[in-house]
Amino acid sequence: MIIPLAHILIFSLLLFATGLYGVLVRRNIIGILISIELMLNAANINLIAFSKSTSLSPETGQIFAIFVLAIAATTAAVGLAIVLALYRVRKTVYTDEVHLLKW
Amino acid sequence: MNMPPLLRDIEFAVDLSFVNAKGWILDLLSHIVPDWVVVFASIVISGVAILVLGPVIMMYLTLLERKLIGRIQNRYGPNRVGIWGLLQPIADGIKMFTKEDIVPVYADKVIHCLAPIVIVIPALMVFLVVPFGERMTAVNLNIGLLYFIAVSSITTIPIFMGSWGSRNKYSLLGGMRTAAQMISYEVPMTLSVVPVIMMSQSLSTNKIVLSQSGSYDMNWFIFTPWGIVGFIIFFLCAVAECNRPPFDLPEAESEIIAGFHTEYSGMKFALFYMAEYMNAFTLCGIAATLFLGGWQGPFLPSWIWFLGKTFVLICVMIWFRGTFPRFRVDQLMGFAWKFLLPLTLINILVAGLCHFISEKTGWIYSFIIFSISFWVLVRLNRPWMPEKRHYPLAN
Amino acid sequence: MDMLSLIIKFGIYGTMALALIAAIAVVTLRNLFHSALCLAAVLIATAMIYAAFHADFLAAAQILLYVGAVMTLIIFAIMLTEQLGSKTIRQTNRQNLAALAGLLVFVVILGRVIFKTPWPVTEKALASKVTVMELGKAFMGPYVFPFEVISIILIAALLGAVVIAKKDR
Repeated sequence: MIIPLAHILIFSLLLFATGLYGVLVRRNIIGILISIELMLNAANINLIAFSKSTSLSPETGQIFAIFVLAIAATTAAVGLAIVLALYRVRKTVYTDEVHLLKW
Repeated sequence: MNMPPLLRDIEFAVDLSFVNAKGWILDLLSHIVPDWVVVFASIVISGVAILVLGPVIMMYLTLLERKLIGRIQNRYGPNRVGIWGLLQPIADGIKMFTKEDIVPVYADKVIHCLAPIVIVIPALMVFLVVPFGERMTAVNLNIGLLYFIAVSSITTIPIFMGSWGSRNKYSLLGGMRTAAQMISYEVPMTLSVVPVIMMSQSLSTNKIVLSQSGSYDMNWFIFTPWGIVGFIIFFLCAVAECNRPPFDLPEAESEIIAGFHTEYSGMKFALFYMAEYMNAFTLCGIAATLFLGGWQGPFLPSWIWFLGKTFVLICVMIWFRGTFPRFRVDQLMGFAWKFLLPLTLINILVAGLCHFISEKTGWIYSFIIFSISFWVLVRLNRPWMPEKRHYPLAN
Repeated sequence: MDMLSLIIKFGIYGTMALALIAAIAVVTLRNLFHSALCLAAVLIATAMIYAAFHADFLAAAQILLYVGAVMTLIIFAIMLTEQLGSKTIRQTNRQNLAALAGLLVFVVILGRVIFKTPWPVTEKALASKVTVMELGKAFMGPYVFPFEVISIILIAALLGAVVIAKKDR
């Protein structure tokens, strides 16, 4: 590897932490979804870095990363559909304004 | 091919003239500078060639389009600047440069100004994998085709930036339409490429071209049952992807005043225009590469074959513009999802079938399958007819 | 060629720095559209890092899926739910200091773990380059069951999204 493994792991850790901050702090649901994409991305970087450096068969990491990509796509699709349905009914996209289970 | 050796040598020399010129320059450089500079010089030479080629192609495509459209509409087209109007693109360029650059007051200024710059980048990046001729691919990526599809899919984002940044309702409508259209047509486009990948067993554009050689270099994929259906689907999707008529809903002048570039003027508008024409060129080039054999062909030099095929496809696009009326939005989406998508899936199956049976029976079987599925799809897609409205005349 | 690898190395570090700056912009910018565009920048930078690790199929898939499809969806949703008054609405809740402190602890602990662990780096894996054909064979061979499950999940999610977002008649 051109650069040491630990540096990549630190990079992905920082990316993950940034995403987590966004999830904890944002009020807008779409903002939270965006931050979740960031976190999934950080996980993917780890998978690729490990697949390039450890003794497992080298394609394993990439295949897991592709699975993560597919799951991320489904998350975005379903999540945004829920957001749109919510917006249609409640005219809001802010998490703390949605406090009823049923309306 | 049986040709006299001298003729073959000449053809070979002409064929590789650009490659040889580059090699000669690099050779010269390697005597005076270290190795890594030569690597960079190689990249720079290819890059400069592409950066010059893109705008030049765009300039003369506009001229070609105006001329051809003029002829279709029974008029001459531009013929005042230079002989046959050949200097018209330069005059247009000067006009664009000297126009006033308007930014709307309520616009999101950074994004508004960034969008035309960002849209040119993928349009230029795509040129990297287009095989212009034998050994004339700028970067021979082994995932070239996927790279092409991926990079050209970025184009939606600058269009969004332009439409959102201008704060104009027509721009916003254009952006929405673009998103819907480009996402929908990307699906059948990607799937129509799958049989080509299956048959050539590679994603590299170079290898795909090489796998279409054969007797007289004419073993093109379009001469197979799955190839011709795939080519038609790919080409229709390509027309839709670069927002050209009859799929030009995102920038329909008469409906939403040019959509996402309503608020752009001067050089920024020119950049949007440039990206659009370069996309049209690369999409036609890739269609030629995938289905029409790329630079393969008898007798003539490879790059002439490639450019010839590409320009024939571009002329077909212009012909479309001159003849077809615009789609309606629901027709557009229905066409992609309900007609092209099932047809591409059937096409993949047929490609697998054709691989395992002889050519003649393959043609017969695939003709039967395609005609049945075409008929079924047309029946299922019976057009939605608006209710007949009666307007009683007032007395 | 030594110079070349040095340049690549600095390129990777530069891309990482760019990605981190863009990521911080994603979570701090008030305007959601801007933060979505920054997310696109992060995703493209990540794709470049994948390409540097010879995972070029994944890099292309990342750009195609994320930047081409998911980002378009997100921007679409932002456009549909955007309100004109959103400039004056607070975009963060009151937990930001607590979240920052907690995350700092998290990063410090995990960072120490990462630096202390002796990661097993094998030469064989370093030299290997996974081709698209190997990936395809792995998908159709040992990973065929998860592959099918993923495709079922994708179809289910697609149908679910359509049903949820559809207007009630």
